[in-house]
Amino acid sequence: MLPSENVIRAAGYAPPETPFALVEKRRGAVCIAAADARALALGIGPGLTLADARARLPELAAIDHDPVADHALLEWLADGCDRYSPMVATDGAQGIILDITGCVHPFGDEAGLVGDAQRRFNRQGITSALALADTPDAALALAANGDGRSAVAALPVTALRVDPETHLALRRAGLKTIGDLAGRPRGPLAARFGTAMPVLLSRLLGEEDVRITPRRTPPEVQVEARFAEPVTHAEIALATLDRLMRDAATILSDRGRGGRRFEAALFRSDGHIARLGVNSGQPTRDAAIIARLFRERIDALSDPLNPGFGYDLIRLTVPVTEPLIAQQLELEGGGVTDAELAALIDRLSTRLGRGRVRRFAVGDSHIPEQTAFELPVAEPGSPSIWPQRETDEPPLRPLHLFDPPQRIDVTAEVPDGPPRRFRWRRTLHEVTHAEGPERIAAEWWKRRNGKGLTRDYYRIEDMRGRRFWVFRHGLYGVEKPMPDWYLHGLFA
Amino acid sequence: MPTGADTVDSRLGGGIEPAALHELFAATSDDTSATTGFAALLALRCAADKPLFWVRDDRVEREAGRVYAPGLAELGSAIHRITVITAHDTVSILRAAADIAACSAAGVVIIEPWAKAPELNLTASRRLALAAARSGVMALIVRVGAEPAPSAAQTRWRVGSAPSRAFAAGAPGLPAFDISLLRHRGGIAGFDTRVEWDCDQRTFRETSVSGGIPAVAAVGERDPRGRVRAA
Repeated sequence: MLPSENVIRAAGYAPPETPFALVEKRRGAVCIAAADARALALGIGPGLTLADARARLPELAAIDHDPVADHALLEWLADGCDRYSPMVATDGAQGIILDITGCVHPFGDEAGLVGDAQRRFNRQGITSALALADTPDAALALAANGDGRSAVAALPVTALRVDPETHLALRRAGLKTIGDLAGRPRGPLAARFGTAMPVLLSRLLGEEDVRITPRRTPPEVQVEARFAEPVTHAEIALATLDRLMRDAATILSDRGRGGRRFEAALFRSDGHIARLGVNSGQPTRDAAIIARLFRERIDALSDPLNPGFGYDLIRLTVPVTEPLIAQQLELEGGGVTDAELAALIDRLSTRLGRGRVRRFAVGDSHIPEQTAFELPVAEPGSPSIWPQRETDEPPLRPLHLFDPPQRIDVTAEVPDGPPRRFRWRRTLHEVTHAEGPERIAAEWWKRRNGKGLTRDYYRIEDMRGRRFWVFRHGLYGVEKPMPDWYLHGLFA
Repeated sequence: MPTGADTVDSRLGGGIEPAALHELFAATSDDTSATTGFAALLALRCAADKPLFWVRDDRVEREAGRVYAPGLAELGSAIHRITVITAHDTVSILRAAADIAACSAAGVVIIEPWAKAPELNLTASRRLALAAARSGVMALIVRVGAEPAPSAAQTRWRVGSAPSRAFAAGAPGLPAFDISLLRHRGGIAGFDTRVEWDCDQRTFRETSVSGGIPAVAAVGERDPRGRVRAA
């Protein structure tokens, strides 16, 4: 892939009429980051300032270089390469490496896979050079420097990934190709050109192999269906997905494991990939439950699945699994009830979003709004222990809490007592009963200045029987001359 | 299921039907907390050891504040059995509620739609009522700022907060509610009563209507007592 691919794609797959260059700002000067073949042929290459380049070639078109968009395009292409192998990595700004060990059978042989990839890149209008080699380094070197067919030994020394000074030194020493270097003893090479050089050389020559680090962790279970003719009906795609789920369930059952997350990837023949994921609260391998979760997920999509030109590969992966032993149904139905509940919660979490189905958790604080918070139910965690209430007491904490507290206007008060009358949401409330204050200090140890306003909480009841939880923010005269009042909660 | 309040239990022939849909209307918009509180207490009374699902509209969450777990714990609820679900529109709420009502592993579902919620029509309520009857789940709909409309609910109540019986030194007392039965599917005539919640015994208790009301309260603001609205 070249840096100009985005520009060409944006212009409707036709390069500009005139030679063009991608420019970026370097140390205050507008410099050329990359130039097209015609410009390169005229001696305008990266590093030249735009002013110098324009002096030589006035009609040169300058387009802003956008490395972020280039990277996004590369990532998109790498995503598309997932169809060939689970081991896909990107290299620099322009390279994609695939480990295709054991992945060639759907294409007949390695050449078949390369041909398929080349066809897809061409269809997208991507300039690509593909090469097959035993090590990632050799493949990259062949793709970047050779025509993809010549041997590594015939490559120039510039294929070696060392700095330009070393390249120059190698050429001055009369070593022009990798083949020249291959036969030499490595000790003197290391002594003269640095220790990194022999290592890179042996990787290039295939004497030492390194694994690539894939972009996605290969999943524990992966099943897929390939179609010779793209599937253009969403129903057929979904039915295929159901079949894949049954396959995955069988594999999971054989291994004694259950999945916590399931991901479906629908590869469209035009390069678009629809990815869907569902989570389950409990490890499961029940194909019907998973299928139902996927239906919920698809229903919740803002733009529905669009098969467009058709899907040619549908893949289901289970990235997260947990041990799940075969369960026997309990006679009294206890196990069934728990499973039903878990399925219900999974369904709701999938449809509404994980953050919208929550349980309560105890917070480690005495500040009222931080003593309890809500966590997604799907989140693991032990059930919280709640403090026991004191007997013979009315509830001391409200049923509803406002966060943040709501400001109220207290129209009559005594300096250290509860409010007598206050206005909240345009309604005046006459206080008949009050209890307090319950003094709650600020968490001064968490604040930099060691200060914070004390809150004096009162439980109050108005004439019509509404019970409120209000507080005065700050101590009279000591912390604040005229403290504000806030309504923090409502009692039942 | 007996509520513990004598009038309610005797009039309804033994208490509230657990496997059914019940509607609770807030007397005024200021009685939101009282109405949801009453719903939570009914849930606690009828299915204390079963999972409680609380389905709320985002707008309710903003207007009435979020559910505060320590407060619920003080009323006697088992917090670890509660799941709070929020959604941004009535249709999602009704869908979630219908799913929960159909799941016999659930105990109670409290539904808090926003304001008038026209989507909550006779069909929707019948769907909920049927699901509740089949699975044995109690469904409670809390309505604030809405007018009673035809529905398939077993009972319809109007709930308002009532002055509590003060504790020592004029401290506000136990939660108290003025409740009116507006409609019963079995044709039981409506009635008004005042109940309070005993947090220790976890039961409702009737309080004599004459006791504990400050003289001012009787003057004007409250709805004329004894009025029964037929729907």
